[in-house]
Amino acid sequence: MSASPSEPVRATRGGVRVWFMRSESARGYALLSPTLVVVVLGLIFPIVILTTLSFWKQDYVDIIRTFTLENYSAFFEKKIYYLILYRSIRISAFVTLVTIVLAYPLAYFIAFHVQKNKIMWIILVTIPFWTSYLLRVFAWKVILGYNGVINSGLISLGLISEPLEFLLYNPTAVVITLAHAWAAVAILPIYVSLEKIDRSLIEAARDLGESAFMTFVRVTLPLSLPGVIAASLLVFIPTVGEYVTPTLVGGTRGIMIGNIIQSMFGKALNWPLGAALSIISMLTVTLAVCVLLGGTRWFRKKVG
Amino acid sequence: MAATRLKLNGLGLYAIAYLGFLYLPVAVLPVFSFNDSQYVAFPLKGFTLRWYDELADSYGLLNALGNSIRVALCVSVLSTVLGVFAAKAVTRYRMHGRGGLIGFIMVPLVIPEIILGISLLMTFSLSDVRLSLVTVGIGHLLLCVPFSMLVLISRMEGFDRSMEEAARDLGENAWGTFWRVTFPIIFPGVVASLLLTFTISFDEFVLAFFLSGSDATLPLHIWSQLRFPERLPSVLSLGAIIVVASTIVVFVAEFVRRRGVQLAPPRA
Repeated sequence: MSASPSEPVRATRGGVRVWFMRSESARGYALLSPTLVVVVLGLIFPIVILTTLSFWKQDYVDIIRTFTLENYSAFFEKKIYYLILYRSIRISAFVTLVTIVLAYPLAYFIAFHVQKNKIMWIILVTIPFWTSYLLRVFAWKVILGYNGVINSGLISLGLISEPLEFLLYNPTAVVITLAHAWAAVAILPIYVSLEKIDRSLIEAARDLGESAFMTFVRVTLPLSLPGVIAASLLVFIPTVGEYVTPTLVGGTRGIMIGNIIQSMFGKALNWPLGAALSIISMLTVTLAVCVLLGGTRWFRKKVG
Repeated sequence: MAATRLKLNGLGLYAIAYLGFLYLPVAVLPVFSFNDSQYVAFPLKGFTLRWYDELADSYGLLNALGNSIRVALCVSVLSTVLGVFAAKAVTRYRMHGRGGLIGFIMVPLVIPEIILGISLLMTFSLSDVRLSLVTVGIGHLLLCVPFSMLVLISRMEGFDRSMEEAARDLGENAWGTFWRVTFPIIFPGVVASLLLTFTISFDEFVLAFFLSGSDATLPLHIWSQLRFPERLPSVLSLGAIIVVASTIVVFVAEFVRRRGVQLAPPRA
Protein backbone atom coordinates (compact mmCIF):
# COMPACT_ATOMS: atom_id res chain seq x y z
CA MET A 1 0.00 0.00 0.00
CA SER A 2 2.86 2.43 0.53
CA ALA A 3 3.93 4.81 -2.21
CA SER A 4 6.49 3.04 -4.30
CA PRO A 5 8.55 5.25 -6.59
CA SER A 6 7.86 2.99 -9.58
CA GLU A 7 4.13 3.60 -9.29
CA PRO A 8 3.10 5.61 -12.35
CA VAL A 9 1.83 9.03 -11.33
CA ARG A 10 -0.16 10.58 -14.09
CA ALA A 11 -0.12 14.34 -14.35
CA THR A 12 -3.88 14.61 -14.50
CA ARG A 13 -5.76 15.65 -11.39
CA GLY A 14 -7.54 12.31 -11.26
CA GLY A 15 -4.21 10.50 -11.39
CA VAL A 16 -2.81 12.40 -8.46
CA ARG A 17 -5.98 11.76 -6.56
CA VAL A 18 -5.88 8.05 -7.17
CA TRP A 19 -2.26 7.95 -6.11
CA PHE A 20 -3.10 10.00 -3.01
CA MET A 21 -5.95 7.71 -1.95
CA ARG A 22 -3.83 4.64 -2.54
CA SER A 23 -0.77 5.83 -0.68
CA GLU A 24 -1.14 5.45 3.06
CA SER A 25 2.00 7.46 3.71
CA ALA A 26 0.76 10.41 1.67
CA ARG A 27 -2.57 10.54 3.45
CA GLY A 28 -0.84 10.18 6.80
CA TYR A 29 1.54 13.05 6.04
CA ALA A 30 -1.34 15.20 4.81
CA LEU A 31 -3.21 14.70 8.09
CA LEU A 32 -0.07 15.30 10.11
CA SER A 33 1.07 18.34 8.16
CA PRO A 34 -0.88 21.04 10.06
CA THR A 35 0.69 19.90 13.33
CA LEU A 36 4.13 19.66 11.76
CA VAL A 37 3.76 23.17 10.35
CA VAL A 38 2.92 24.48 13.84
CA VAL A 39 5.98 22.81 15.36
CA VAL A 40 8.32 23.92 12.56
CA LEU A 41 7.10 27.54 12.64
CA GLY A 42 6.75 27.70 16.42
CA LEU A 43 9.87 25.81 17.46
CA ILE A 44 12.44 25.10 14.74
CA PHE A 45 12.26 28.53 13.12
CA PRO A 46 12.56 30.38 16.48
CA ILE A 47 15.48 28.16 17.54
CA VAL A 48 17.25 29.01 14.27
CA ILE A 49 16.64 32.71 14.96
CA LEU A 50 17.93 32.32 18.52
CA THR A 51 21.06 30.59 17.24
CA THR A 52 21.64 33.34 14.68
CA LEU A 53 21.12 36.00 17.34
CA SER A 54 23.74 34.33 19.55
CA PHE A 55 26.38 35.14 16.92
CA TRP A 56 25.43 38.82 16.78
CA LYS A 57 26.37 41.60 19.15
CA GLN A 58 24.53 44.04 21.39
CA ASP A 59 25.54 47.69 21.13
CA TYR A 60 23.47 49.59 23.73
CA VAL A 61 19.95 49.37 22.33
CA ASP A 62 20.98 48.24 18.85
CA ILE A 63 21.97 44.82 17.64
CA ILE A 64 24.92 44.66 15.28
CA ARG A 65 24.28 41.98 12.71
CA THR A 66 27.81 40.83 11.98
CA PHE A 67 29.14 37.41 12.88
CA THR A 68 31.02 37.22 16.17
CA LEU A 69 31.93 34.56 18.72
CA GLU A 70 32.14 37.14 21.50
CA ASN A 71 29.07 35.88 23.39
CA TYR A 72 30.41 32.36 23.52
CA SER A 73 33.85 33.47 24.62
CA ALA A 74 32.18 35.59 27.32
CA PHE A 75 30.65 32.42 28.72
CA PHE A 76 34.02 30.74 29.10
CA GLU A 77 35.91 33.84 30.23
CA LYS A 78 33.50 35.17 32.84
CA LYS A 79 33.38 32.49 35.45
CA ILE A 80 29.97 33.54 36.78
CA TYR A 81 27.96 32.16 33.85
CA TYR A 82 29.85 28.91 33.85
CA LEU A 83 29.43 28.52 37.62
CA ILE A 84 25.71 29.28 37.57
CA LEU A 85 25.07 26.84 34.73
CA TYR A 86 27.03 24.22 36.66
CA ARG A 87 24.97 24.97 39.77
CA SER A 88 21.71 24.74 37.79
CA ILE A 89 22.67 21.33 36.43
CA ARG A 90 23.66 20.18 39.91
CA ILE A 91 20.43 21.45 41.50
CA SER A 92 18.32 19.84 38.76
CA ALA A 93 20.18 16.55 39.01
CA PHE A 94 19.63 16.59 42.75
CA VAL A 95 15.95 17.51 42.30
CA THR A 96 15.58 14.62 39.86
CA LEU A 97 17.19 12.18 42.28
CA VAL A 98 15.14 13.34 45.28
CA THR A 99 11.88 13.41 43.30
CA ILE A 100 12.36 9.88 41.99
CA VAL A 101 13.53 8.40 45.27
CA LEU A 102 10.48 9.91 46.99
CA ALA A 103 8.05 9.04 44.18
CA TYR A 104 9.12 5.46 43.49
CA PRO A 105 7.81 3.90 46.74
CA LEU A 106 4.44 5.61 46.27
CA ALA A 107 4.16 4.40 42.67
CA TYR A 108 5.17 0.93 43.88
CA PHE A 109 2.57 1.08 46.62
CA ILE A 110 -0.22 2.00 44.19
CA ALA A 111 0.85 -0.58 41.62
CA PHE A 112 1.34 -3.54 43.96
CA HIS A 113 -0.46 -2.89 47.25
CA VAL A 114 -3.64 -1.05 46.29
CA GLN A 115 -6.19 -3.60 45.10
CA LYS A 116 -9.24 -1.46 44.55
CA ASN A 117 -9.57 2.06 43.21
CA LYS A 118 -6.09 2.53 41.84
CA ILE A 119 -7.48 5.35 39.72
CA MET A 120 -8.70 7.12 42.86
CA TRP A 121 -5.15 7.01 44.22
CA ILE A 122 -3.78 8.41 40.97
CA ILE A 123 -6.35 11.20 41.10
CA LEU A 124 -5.50 11.85 44.74
CA VAL A 125 -1.84 12.16 43.81
CA THR A 126 -2.47 14.49 40.87
CA ILE A 127 -4.99 16.89 42.43
CA PRO A 128 -2.35 19.13 44.04
CA PHE A 129 -0.81 19.55 40.59
CA TRP A 130 -3.95 20.84 38.98
CA THR A 131 -3.67 24.02 41.00
CA SER A 132 -1.64 27.00 39.91
CA TYR A 133 2.08 26.22 39.63
CA LEU A 134 2.90 29.77 40.66
CA LEU A 135 0.77 29.51 43.79
CA ARG A 136 2.24 26.14 44.75
CA VAL A 137 5.75 27.54 44.58
CA PHE A 138 4.59 30.62 46.40
CA ALA A 139 2.99 28.46 49.10
CA TRP A 140 6.43 26.98 49.80
CA LYS A 141 7.81 30.47 50.26
CA VAL A 142 5.06 31.09 52.80
CA ILE A 143 5.71 27.75 54.50
CA LEU A 144 9.50 28.07 54.71
CA GLY A 145 9.70 31.85 55.28
CA TYR A 146 11.32 33.66 58.24
CA ASN A 147 7.88 34.47 59.66
CA GLY A 148 6.35 31.58 57.80
CA VAL A 149 4.17 28.62 58.64
CA ILE A 150 6.91 26.31 59.93
CA ASN A 151 8.72 28.94 61.98
CA SER A 152 5.60 30.48 63.49
CA GLY A 153 4.18 27.02 64.11
CA LEU A 154 7.29 25.84 65.94
CA ILE A 155 7.42 29.06 67.96
CA SER A 156 3.74 28.76 68.94
CA LEU A 157 4.43 25.22 70.09
CA GLY A 158 7.37 26.50 72.10
CA LEU A 159 9.87 24.26 70.35
CA ILE A 160 12.10 27.11 69.19
CA SER A 161 12.43 30.69 70.37
CA GLU A 162 14.02 32.25 67.28
CA PRO A 163 12.90 31.62 63.69
CA LEU A 164 15.10 29.19 61.76
CA GLU A 165 16.87 31.08 59.01
CA PHE A 166 18.19 28.17 57.00
CA LEU A 167 14.78 27.18 55.62
CA LEU A 168 14.36 29.74 52.87
CA TYR A 169 16.53 31.44 50.23
CA ASN A 170 19.02 28.68 49.50
CA PRO A 171 19.43 25.77 47.09
CA THR A 172 17.79 23.36 49.57
CA ALA A 173 14.57 25.39 49.45
CA VAL A 174 14.73 25.18 45.64
CA VAL A 175 15.20 21.41 45.80
CA ILE A 176 12.28 20.92 48.24
CA THR A 177 9.97 23.12 46.18
CA LEU A 178 10.87 21.50 42.88
CA ALA A 179 10.71 17.98 44.32
CA HIS A 180 7.15 18.86 45.24
CA ALA A 181 6.26 20.73 42.06
CA TRP A 182 7.38 17.90 39.75
CA ALA A 183 6.26 14.92 41.87
CA ALA A 184 3.30 13.95 39.68
CA VAL A 185 5.49 14.03 36.57
CA ALA A 186 7.70 11.41 38.21
CA ILE A 187 4.99 9.26 39.83
CA LEU A 188 2.92 8.68 36.70
CA PRO A 189 5.52 7.14 34.34
CA ILE A 190 7.00 5.02 37.14
CA TYR A 191 3.52 3.80 38.09
CA VAL A 192 2.72 2.93 34.47
CA SER A 193 5.90 0.90 34.02
CA LEU A 194 5.38 -0.92 37.35
CA GLU A 195 1.78 -1.67 36.45
CA LYS A 196 2.87 -3.18 33.13
CA ILE A 197 5.19 -5.73 34.74
CA ASP A 198 3.98 -9.30 34.29
CA ARG A 199 3.24 -10.47 37.83
CA SER A 200 4.17 -14.04 37.01
CA LEU A 201 7.80 -12.97 36.54
CA ILE A 202 7.91 -11.78 40.13
CA GLU A 203 6.18 -14.95 41.35
CA ALA A 204 8.63 -17.06 39.37
CA ALA A 205 11.59 -15.32 41.02
CA ARG A 206 10.07 -15.89 44.47
CA ASP A 207 9.26 -19.55 43.69
CA LEU A 208 12.84 -20.09 42.57
CA GLY A 209 14.01 -19.01 46.00
CA GLU A 210 14.97 -15.37 45.54
CA SER A 211 14.28 -13.20 48.61
CA ALA A 212 11.68 -10.42 48.40
CA PHE A 213 14.43 -7.81 48.36
CA MET A 214 16.54 -9.54 45.72
CA THR A 215 13.43 -10.12 43.60
CA PHE A 216 12.88 -6.39 43.70
CA VAL A 217 16.50 -5.62 42.79
CA ARG A 218 16.82 -8.23 40.04
CA VAL A 219 13.29 -8.31 38.56
CA THR A 220 11.01 -5.41 39.50
CA LEU A 221 13.55 -2.60 39.47
CA PRO A 222 15.14 -3.40 36.08
CA LEU A 223 11.70 -3.87 34.52
CA SER A 224 10.52 -0.52 35.84
CA LEU A 225 13.63 1.25 34.57
CA PRO A 226 11.94 2.66 31.43
CA GLY A 227 9.50 4.53 33.68
CA VAL A 228 12.32 5.76 35.90
CA ILE A 229 14.26 7.01 32.88
CA ALA A 230 11.19 8.74 31.41
CA ALA A 231 10.52 10.33 34.80
CA SER A 232 14.09 11.56 35.19
CA LEU A 233 14.10 13.15 31.73
CA LEU A 234 10.71 14.78 32.30
CA VAL A 235 11.92 16.25 35.59
CA PHE A 236 15.56 17.04 34.78
CA ILE A 237 15.25 18.81 31.43
CA PRO A 238 12.60 21.40 32.31
CA THR A 239 13.96 22.15 35.79
CA VAL A 240 17.40 23.22 34.51
CA GLY A 241 15.76 26.29 32.99
CA GLU A 242 13.50 26.90 35.98
CA TYR A 243 12.79 30.59 36.57
CA VAL A 244 9.89 30.93 39.02
CA THR A 245 11.21 28.74 41.84
CA PRO A 246 14.73 30.19 42.18
CA THR A 247 13.22 33.67 41.96
CA LEU A 248 10.73 33.06 44.77
CA VAL A 249 12.58 30.74 47.17
CA GLY A 250 16.20 30.57 45.96
CA GLY A 251 17.67 33.82 47.21
CA THR A 252 21.13 34.83 46.00
CA ARG A 253 22.66 31.41 46.59
CA GLY A 254 19.84 29.71 44.70
CA ILE A 255 20.08 31.71 41.45
CA MET A 256 19.90 29.47 38.40
CA ILE A 257 20.73 29.93 34.72
CA GLY A 258 17.07 30.74 33.96
CA ASN A 259 17.35 33.88 36.07
CA ILE A 260 20.51 34.96 34.21
CA ILE A 261 18.93 34.31 30.81
CA GLN A 262 15.81 36.23 31.80
CA SER A 263 17.90 39.19 33.00
CA MET A 264 19.64 39.37 29.61
CA PHE A 265 16.25 40.00 28.03
CA GLY A 266 15.21 42.34 30.81
CA LYS A 267 17.39 44.56 32.99
CA ALA A 268 20.80 43.59 31.60
CA LEU A 269 19.55 44.05 28.02
CA ASN A 270 21.94 41.86 26.10
CA TRP A 271 19.87 39.71 23.79
CA PRO A 272 22.76 38.06 21.92
CA LEU A 273 24.47 37.03 25.15
CA GLY A 274 21.14 35.75 26.48
CA ALA A 275 20.68 33.79 23.26
CA ALA A 276 24.19 32.31 23.53
CA LEU A 277 23.58 31.31 27.18
CA SER A 278 20.31 29.63 26.12
CA ILE A 279 22.03 27.69 23.35
CA ILE A 280 24.88 26.63 25.66
CA SER A 281 22.38 25.53 28.34
CA MET A 282 20.38 23.55 25.82
CA LEU A 283 23.49 21.79 24.50
CA THR A 284 24.70 21.06 28.02
CA VAL A 285 21.34 19.58 28.99
CA THR A 286 21.33 17.44 25.84
CA LEU A 287 24.82 16.24 26.68
CA ALA A 288 23.78 15.42 30.26
CA VAL A 289 20.78 13.49 28.94
CA CYS A 290 23.02 11.49 26.59
CA VAL A 291 25.33 10.65 29.51
CA LEU A 292 22.30 9.55 31.56
CA LEU A 293 20.93 7.37 28.76
CA GLY A 294 24.37 5.91 28.01
CA GLY A 295 24.85 5.21 31.71
CA THR A 296 21.57 3.32 32.03
CA ARG A 297 22.32 1.30 28.90
CA TRP A 298 25.65 0.31 30.42
CA PHE A 299 23.92 -0.50 33.72
CA ARG A 300 21.34 -2.65 31.93
CA LYS A 301 23.99 -4.60 30.10
CA LYS A 302 25.78 -5.24 33.37
CA VAL A 303 22.68 -6.31 35.29
CA GLY A 304 20.88 -8.03 32.45
CA MET B 1 -14.47 -7.36 52.46
CA ALA B 2 -12.16 -6.81 55.39
CA ALA B 3 -9.42 -8.73 53.61
CA THR B 4 -9.28 -6.26 50.72
CA ARG B 5 -9.04 -3.26 53.00
CA LEU B 6 -5.85 -1.24 52.83
CA LYS B 7 -3.05 -2.86 54.75
CA LEU B 8 -1.14 -0.29 56.74
CA ASN B 9 2.37 -1.64 56.50
CA GLY B 10 5.46 0.55 56.31
CA LEU B 11 4.89 1.32 52.66
CA GLY B 12 1.30 2.35 53.33
CA LEU B 13 2.41 4.71 56.07
CA TYR B 14 5.03 6.16 53.73
CA ALA B 15 2.38 6.65 51.05
CA ILE B 16 0.21 8.59 53.48
CA ALA B 17 3.14 10.70 54.70
CA TYR B 18 4.11 11.47 51.09
CA LEU B 19 0.54 12.49 50.29
CA GLY B 20 0.77 14.80 53.30
CA PHE B 21 3.86 16.39 51.73
CA LEU B 22 2.03 16.77 48.41
CA TYR B 23 -1.00 18.36 50.03
CA LEU B 24 0.83 20.63 52.50
CA PRO B 25 1.15 23.68 50.18
CA VAL B 26 -2.34 23.12 48.82
CA ALA B 27 -3.72 23.09 52.37
CA VAL B 28 -1.88 26.27 53.37
CA LEU B 29 -3.79 28.31 50.79
CA PRO B 30 -7.37 27.77 52.04
CA VAL B 31 -6.45 27.67 55.75
CA PHE B 32 -4.79 31.08 55.72
CA SER B 33 -7.28 32.56 53.25
CA PHE B 34 -9.89 32.51 56.05
CA ASN B 35 -7.44 33.79 58.66
CA ASP B 36 -8.19 37.27 59.97
CA SER B 37 -4.63 38.58 59.74
CA GLN B 38 -2.35 40.35 57.30
CA TYR B 39 0.41 37.86 58.09
CA VAL B 40 0.57 34.24 57.04
CA ALA B 41 1.70 32.82 60.36
CA PHE B 42 0.52 30.79 63.33
CA PRO B 43 -1.35 31.16 65.63
CA LEU B 44 -4.53 31.61 63.57
CA LYS B 45 -6.34 34.84 64.48
CA GLY B 46 -9.95 34.04 63.66
CA PHE B 47 -12.31 33.50 60.76
CA THR B 48 -12.93 36.11 58.08
CA LEU B 49 -14.25 36.36 54.54
CA ARG B 50 -12.79 39.78 53.86
CA TRP B 51 -9.96 38.51 51.65
CA TYR B 52 -12.58 37.01 49.37
CA ASP B 53 -14.49 40.31 49.34
CA GLU B 54 -11.31 42.12 48.40
CA LEU B 55 -10.82 39.65 45.58
CA ALA B 56 -14.27 40.28 44.12
CA ASP B 57 -13.56 44.02 43.98
CA SER B 58 -10.33 43.68 42.06
CA TYR B 59 -10.80 44.85 38.47
CA GLY B 60 -7.34 43.67 37.36
CA LEU B 61 -8.09 40.17 38.53
CA LEU B 62 -11.38 39.79 36.66
CA ASN B 63 -9.81 41.23 33.55
CA ALA B 64 -6.87 38.81 33.78
CA LEU B 65 -9.23 35.91 34.46
CA GLY B 66 -11.20 36.80 31.32
CA ASN B 67 -7.99 36.97 29.26
CA SER B 68 -6.80 33.61 30.56
CA ILE B 69 -10.11 31.94 29.80
CA ARG B 70 -10.16 33.35 26.27
CA VAL B 71 -6.60 32.23 25.54
CA ALA B 72 -7.14 28.82 27.14
CA LEU B 73 -10.38 28.21 25.19
CA CYS B 74 -8.79 29.03 21.83
CA VAL B 75 -5.64 27.07 22.60
CA SER B 76 -7.47 23.98 23.86
CA VAL B 77 -9.77 23.81 20.82
CA LEU B 78 -6.97 24.39 18.30
CA SER B 79 -4.64 22.00 20.06
CA THR B 80 -7.28 19.27 20.24
CA VAL B 81 -8.17 19.64 16.55
CA LEU B 82 -4.47 19.38 15.62
CA GLY B 83 -4.16 16.48 18.06
CA VAL B 84 -7.05 14.60 16.42
CA PHE B 85 -5.48 15.05 12.96
CA ALA B 86 -2.06 14.00 14.15
CA ALA B 87 -3.28 11.06 16.22
CA LYS B 88 -5.40 9.79 13.34
CA ALA B 89 -2.45 10.12 11.00
CA VAL B 90 -0.04 8.14 13.16
CA THR B 91 -2.49 5.46 14.31
CA ARG B 92 -4.31 4.83 11.00
CA TYR B 93 -1.69 5.09 8.31
CA ARG B 94 1.52 3.21 7.90
CA MET B 95 3.98 6.02 7.44
CA HIS B 96 7.69 6.24 6.85
CA GLY B 97 9.46 7.75 9.84
CA ARG B 98 6.41 7.56 12.11
CA GLY B 99 8.37 7.36 15.36
CA GLY B 100 10.63 10.24 14.35
CA LEU B 101 7.66 12.45 13.51
CA ILE B 102 5.95 11.74 16.84
CA GLY B 103 9.22 12.49 18.62
CA PHE B 104 9.54 15.74 16.67
CA ILE B 105 6.10 16.95 17.81
CA MET B 106 7.03 16.04 21.40
CA VAL B 107 10.18 18.19 21.39
CA PRO B 108 8.53 21.23 23.06
CA LEU B 109 8.01 19.04 26.14
CA VAL B 110 11.73 18.51 26.64
CA ILE B 111 12.96 22.04 26.07
CA PRO B 112 13.15 24.31 29.12
CA GLU B 113 10.19 26.67 28.86
CA ILE B 114 12.33 29.74 29.27
CA ILE B 115 14.22 28.87 26.07
CA LEU B 116 10.96 28.24 24.22
CA GLY B 117 9.76 31.62 25.53
CA ILE B 118 12.75 33.73 24.54
CA SER B 119 13.19 32.08 21.14
CA LEU B 120 9.56 32.94 20.32
CA LEU B 121 10.04 36.42 21.80
CA MET B 122 13.07 36.99 19.54
CA THR B 123 11.18 35.71 16.52
CA PHE B 124 8.24 38.02 17.18
CA SER B 125 10.33 41.09 17.91
CA LEU B 126 12.70 40.63 14.95
CA SER B 127 9.73 40.20 12.62
CA ASP B 128 7.89 43.16 14.19
CA VAL B 129 4.95 41.15 15.49
CA ARG B 130 3.31 43.03 18.35
CA LEU B 131 3.05 41.06 21.57
CA SER B 132 -0.53 40.35 22.60
CA LEU B 133 -2.72 37.54 23.86
CA VAL B 134 -2.35 36.00 20.39
CA THR B 135 1.40 35.59 20.80
CA VAL B 136 0.81 34.06 24.23
CA GLY B 137 -1.66 31.67 22.61
CA ILE B 138 0.90 30.63 19.98
CA GLY B 139 3.38 29.75 22.70
CA HIS B 140 0.75 27.79 24.62
CA LEU B 141 -0.36 25.95 21.50
CA LEU B 142 3.16 24.65 21.01
CA LEU B 143 3.20 23.35 24.57
CA CYS B 144 -0.29 21.82 24.37
CA VAL B 145 -0.19 19.99 21.03
CA PRO B 146 2.07 17.17 22.32
CA PHE B 147 -0.35 16.50 25.21
CA SER B 148 -3.40 16.46 22.93
CA MET B 149 -1.62 14.08 20.60
CA LEU B 150 -0.57 11.72 23.40
CA VAL B 151 -4.06 11.59 24.90
CA LEU B 152 -5.73 11.02 21.55
CA ILE B 153 -3.21 8.47 20.30
CA SER B 154 -3.88 6.32 23.34
CA ARG B 155 -7.62 6.59 22.74
CA MET B 156 -7.37 5.84 19.00
CA GLU B 157 -5.00 2.93 19.45
CA GLY B 158 -7.62 1.34 21.69
CA PHE B 159 -10.54 1.03 19.32
CA ASP B 160 -11.36 -1.49 16.67
CA ARG B 161 -10.49 -0.27 13.19
CA SER B 162 -13.03 -2.58 11.60
CA MET B 163 -15.84 -0.31 12.79
CA GLU B 164 -14.57 2.45 10.52
CA GLU B 165 -14.13 -0.02 7.70
CA ALA B 166 -17.68 -1.27 8.18
CA ALA B 167 -19.01 2.29 7.89
CA ARG B 168 -17.02 2.80 4.69
CA ASP B 169 -18.25 -0.50 3.26
CA LEU B 170 -21.82 0.47 4.07
CA GLY B 171 -21.42 3.57 1.93
CA GLU B 172 -20.43 6.40 4.30
CA ASN B 173 -17.88 8.82 2.88
CA ALA B 174 -14.71 9.72 4.80
CA TRP B 175 -16.28 12.73 6.50
CA GLY B 176 -19.43 10.83 7.51
CA THR B 177 -17.35 7.98 8.85
CA PHE B 178 -15.35 10.39 10.96
CA TRP B 179 -18.36 12.20 12.45
CA ARG B 180 -20.63 9.21 12.92
CA VAL B 181 -18.16 6.51 13.92
CA THR B 182 -14.70 7.79 14.84
CA PHE B 183 -15.67 10.94 16.70
CA PRO B 184 -18.23 9.36 19.08
CA ILE B 185 -15.69 6.68 19.98
CA ILE B 186 -12.81 9.07 20.62
CA PHE B 187 -15.09 11.60 22.33
CA PRO B 188 -13.78 10.88 25.87
CA GLY B 189 -10.25 11.42 24.54
CA VAL B 190 -11.34 14.71 23.00
CA VAL B 191 -12.84 15.85 26.32
CA ALA B 192 -9.70 14.77 28.18
CA SER B 193 -7.54 16.66 25.69
CA LEU B 194 -9.69 19.80 25.96
CA LEU B 195 -9.57 19.77 29.75
CA LEU B 196 -5.86 18.99 29.95
CA THR B 197 -4.80 21.65 27.45
CA PHE B 198 -7.20 24.20 28.91
CA THR B 199 -5.60 23.68 32.31
CA ILE B 200 -2.05 23.83 30.93
CA SER B 201 -2.72 27.09 29.12
CA PHE B 202 -4.72 28.56 32.01
CA ASP B 203 -1.86 27.87 34.43
CA GLU B 204 1.12 28.64 32.19
CA PHE B 205 3.33 31.43 33.44
CA VAL B 206 6.80 31.54 31.86
CA LEU B 207 5.73 31.75 28.20
CA ALA B 208 3.06 34.33 29.06
CA PHE B 209 5.69 36.28 31.01
CA PHE B 210 7.78 36.71 27.86
CA LEU B 211 5.11 36.78 25.18
CA SER B 212 2.33 38.96 26.58
CA GLY B 213 1.84 42.57 25.62
CA SER B 214 -0.18 44.92 27.81
CA ASP B 215 -2.89 42.35 28.59
CA ALA B 216 -2.13 40.16 31.59
CA THR B 217 -3.21 36.57 32.00
CA LEU B 218 -4.21 35.27 35.43
CA PRO B 219 -0.74 33.88 36.35
CA LEU B 220 0.81 37.20 35.31
CA HIS B 221 -1.68 39.03 37.51
CA ILE B 222 -0.84 36.74 40.43
CA TRP B 223 2.88 37.30 39.82
CA SER B 224 2.37 41.06 39.94
CA GLN B 225 0.47 40.72 43.23
CA LEU B 226 3.18 38.66 44.93
CA ARG B 227 5.34 41.78 45.27
CA PHE B 228 2.89 43.45 47.65
CA PRO B 229 2.74 41.88 51.12
CA GLU B 230 -0.64 43.49 51.85
CA ARG B 231 -2.19 41.66 48.87
CA LEU B 232 -0.90 38.32 50.10
CA PRO B 233 -4.05 37.05 51.87
CA SER B 234 -6.26 37.75 48.87
CA VAL B 235 -3.78 35.91 46.64
CA LEU B 236 -4.21 32.96 49.02
CA SER B 237 -8.01 33.16 48.70
CA LEU B 238 -7.65 33.18 44.93
CA GLY B 239 -5.43 30.11 45.26
CA ALA B 240 -8.05 28.39 47.41
CA ILE B 241 -10.73 29.05 44.77
CA ILE B 242 -8.44 27.62 42.06
CA VAL B 243 -7.81 24.51 44.20
CA VAL B 244 -11.54 23.86 44.61
CA ALA B 245 -12.40 24.63 40.98
CA SER B 246 -9.68 22.42 39.54
CA THR B 247 -10.59 19.56 41.89
CA ILE B 248 -14.15 19.70 40.57
CA VAL B 249 -12.86 19.73 36.98
CA VAL B 250 -10.65 16.69 37.65
CA PHE B 251 -13.58 14.71 39.05
CA VAL B 252 -15.86 15.71 36.19
CA ALA B 253 -13.16 14.61 33.74
CA GLU B 254 -12.83 11.26 35.51
CA PHE B 255 -16.62 10.85 35.42
CA VAL B 256 -16.66 11.50 31.66
CA ARG B 257 -13.78 9.07 31.17
CA ARG B 258 -15.54 6.29 33.10
CA ARG B 259 -18.74 6.78 31.13
CA GLY B 260 -16.70 6.70 27.96
CA VAL B 261 -15.14 3.41 29.00
CA GLN B 262 -18.58 1.96 29.72
CA LEU B 263 -20.13 3.17 26.47
CA ALA B 264 -17.35 2.05 24.18
CA PRO B 265 -15.21 -0.77 25.52
CA PRO B 266 -11.75 0.08 24.17
CA ARG B 267 -10.93 -3.41 23.01
CA ALA B 268 -13.43 -5.63 21.30
